[in-house]
Amino acid sequence: MAAYGAVRRRRQALWFWVFTGPFVLGLVLFTYVPLGWSVWLSFFDAHNTVSPTDFTGLDNYRQVLGDPAFRSALGTFALFTAFIVPATYALSLGLALAVSRLRRAQAFFRSVFFLPTACSYVVAALVWKLSVFNGVRFGLANTVLGWFGAEPVAWLSVTDPPWYWLVVVTVRLWLQAGFYMVLFLAGLQRIPPQLYEAAAVDGARPGWQTFRHITFPALRATSVAVVLLLVINAFQAFDEFYNLLSDARGYPPYARPPLVYLYYTALGQGQNLGVGSAGAVVLALVIAVVTVVQSRWSGLGRREA
Amino acid sequence: MPISRRLLLSGGAALALTGCGSDTGRGGEGSGRPRLSHWYHQYGEAGTRQAVGRYAAAYEGADVRIEWRPGNYDQQTAAALLTNSGPDVFEVNGPSLDQIRGGQVADLTGLLDGVKDDFDRAVLAPKTWDGRVWAIPQVVDTQLLYYRRSLLEQAGVRPPRTLDELVDAARSLTRGTVKGLFLGNDGGAGVLGGTPLYAAGLSLVTADGRPGFDDPAAARTLGKLHRLYAEKSLLLGAPADWSDPSALLQGLTAMQWSGLWALPVVKKALGYDFGVLPFPADGPAGRPAVPVGAYGAAVSTRSGRQEAAKAYVKWLWVDRSDYQEDFALSYGFHIPARRSLAAKAGKLKEGAAAEAVRFTADHGYAQPLLWTVAAQTAYQDGLSRIIKEGADPEREVRAAVRRTAEELKRAGKKA
Repeated sequence: MAAYGAVRRRRQALWFWVFTGPFVLGLVLFTYVPLGWSVWLSFFDAHNTVSPTDFTGLDNYRQVLGDPAFRSALGTFALFTAFIVPATYALSLGLALAVSRLRRAQAFFRSVFFLPTACSYVVAALVWKLSVFNGVRFGLANTVLGWFGAEPVAWLSVTDPPWYWLVVVTVRLWLQAGFYMVLFLAGLQRIPPQLYEAAAVDGARPGWQTFRHITFPALRATSVAVVLLLVINAFQAFDEFYNLLSDARGYPPYARPPLVYLYYTALGQGQNLGVGSAGAVVLALVIAVVTVVQSRWSGLGRREA
Repeated sequence: MPISRRLLLSGGAALALTGCGSDTGRGGEGSGRPRLSHWYHQYGEAGTRQAVGRYAAAYEGADVRIEWRPGNYDQQTAAALLTNSGPDVFEVNGPSLDQIRGGQVADLTGLLDGVKDDFDRAVLAPKTWDGRVWAIPQVVDTQLLYYRRSLLEQAGVRPPRTLDELVDAARSLTRGTVKGLFLGNDGGAGVLGGTPLYAAGLSLVTADGRPGFDDPAAARTLGKLHRLYAEKSLLLGAPADWSDPSALLQGLTAMQWSGLWALPVVKKALGYDFGVLPFPADGPAGRPAVPVGAYGAAVSTRSGRQEAAKAYVKWLWVDRSDYQEDFALSYGFHIPARRSLAAKAGKLKEGAAAEAVRFTADHGYAQPLLWTVAAQTAYQDGLSRIIKEGADPEREVRAAVRRTAEELKRAGKKA
C-alpha cells in the first residue's frame, strides 16, 4: 500500500513538472537570468560586451543618477502618469456608464469602443504622427484649425506650448480607453440591482446621487485593478513615444521616458550596457516601491470585508 | 484510412522539419567553398538589392549569402556582433571606436596595400584607428542645401553665402503656406549635428583629441540657429523628414537640407529650377561645410571564416572597381569612395552633381571616430534646447564640452 502511494506521489510530481516545467524554464531563462545578468552588468564597465571584466563598483549608478537627462526622463514619466492615469480612468468609466445605459445597439457600441485595443501602438502612433497631427496645413488637426482661421501647428516639433503632450496622451487614450471600459462594464454588471431598488425606495435621485453613493463605491475592486494596470502600463511607456518622436538621428531632449533613454544608452550604437543596466535597476526599484505603496494604500489582496 | 492522432503529429513534424531544411541558400553545400553571410542595410533605391546579389553570385572564392536587413540596422548589427550567429561581412555606418577597441571588427589594413591613397581621405579617416584600417569605405555620401531658384528670385533673395544671409533669406522666403527652410522635423538639431561648428571654423574633436568647440564662436553660431526657429522660418512637422526631398518638391519649403541621394529625384521633378549649396560659413574664421560619411564593409571577428571574409571584401570593395562604380551610381546616387572612379564618372561631371563633388572635396568633414555616441547625444540635446527653447547657447555648449571631455578621457584611458 505504502509503495503504491509513493509511486502515485512520484507520478503526480512528474505530471506537475511536465505541465509547469516548460513555463518555469522559460521564466528562468528569459526573465530571471537576464534580470540577474543585468544587475551583474551594472557593476562593470560594459561597452559593447555582455561579458565585461572591468569592475567599476557603483560608478555606473553615480553616472546614471548624475545625468540630468535620466532625471528628466523620470520627471517625464511622472508627468505622463499624472496625465494618463486619471484621464483614462475618467474616460473609460464615462464610456462604460454611457454604454451600459443604452437600450439598443449596446453590443455595437461596446465593440466600437473596444476595437482600438486591437490596434498596434506602432500603427496608431504612425497614423497620429503622419496624418492626424502632422505639422503642415493638410494634417487633420490643422485642417480643423484652418476652418477657424488659425495657423497650422507643428504638434510634435514645438516645445512652447508643449503640444506634443496632446499627441502622446490622445493616442494612448484612444488605444486603451475601450479596454478599461470593458472592465468597468463587467464591474457594473456585478452590482446587484437590489441596491438601486433599495436606494430608490429610500428616495435617492437617479444620476449623480446614485452614482456617488452606490455605483462608485460598488466599483471599488474594479477601480483598484484598473488604476494598478494603468500605472504599470504607464511605466512601460515606450512604443508611442519612440514612434512619434524619434527620427533617424536620435530623439529630442523632451518627452523622453526612462525606457527610451535606456534604449538609446544601452542598445543602438551607444551599447553602454553597464550604465544602461544601472538605469534599468534604478527604474525597477522605483517601480517596485510605487507598486508596493499603491497596493498597500488600495488594500489590494486584502480580504474583502 | 482513418487519420490517427499520431499520424497527424508525425506528419506535422515532418512538414516542420522540411520547412526548416529548405533554407540552405544556393546549394553551396559540398562544393568545398566556405559559406559567408554578408549584411546590408535596406537601401531605398530600386535595384540595389539585386545588384549586391549579383556581385555576390559572381564571387568564386566563397558561397556568399546576402542578408538584406530592413529596420534599425545599427541596432541589429550591434546586437548580432555580441553573438556567434552574426554576419561574417557587414556593412557598417562606422565602425564605432568601441566596436574597434572591443575587438569586434577585424583589421583590414592589408587589403588596401598600394591603393590606400586612391580612397577619399575624409571618409577613410574615421575608419582608421591606431594607423590601422577597420572598414573599407564603399561610397561617399554627403548632404547639401537645396533651394528653388524661382522662389528665391521672386523674393529677391540671392543664394545665401553666410549663415546670417541664410537666416535672413529663410525669413524673406516664408510666405503664406510656404516656409523658408526645412532642416528636419526636429528643427535641425539631428541632421545638422556638427556642421554649423565646422562652418564656424571649429570642429567636434581636435586632431590631438580635445573637444573642438570649446570656443565662444560655437555659442555665437549655434545661437543664430534659434533665430530661424523663433522667426517661424522653419518648416516643422512635415510628413516626410529631411532625408526625403518631398517637402521641397511639394512646395512646402523654398530651401531644404537633404542628402546627395535626393539629387536625381529633385532634378527630375524640378529640372533646372534648383541649386545646391554647402552649409554657409559663419564668422571671421568660418568656411562652408558639408558632412561626408560612408558606409564601410567590415569583417566580424566572431566569424569563423575571417580569412575567407577578408578575401571576399578585398575582391568586392578593392579589386572590382566596375562593381564599385555600378553600386555608387546605377541605383542610388553616391560618389564612389575611390577618387579615380569619381574623377571619371560621367554623371558627376556637370551641373549640381559636379558642384556636390567639389563641395565634398573642398568643404567635406567626417565625424571623428572619437566623437562617441554619448558625446553626440549630449551635444544634440543641447543644440535642440538652443534651437527650440532659446536656451542660453553658452551654457549648453559648456555642458556639451564637459561631457565630450569626459568621453575623450575615457577613450584616452583605455587606448
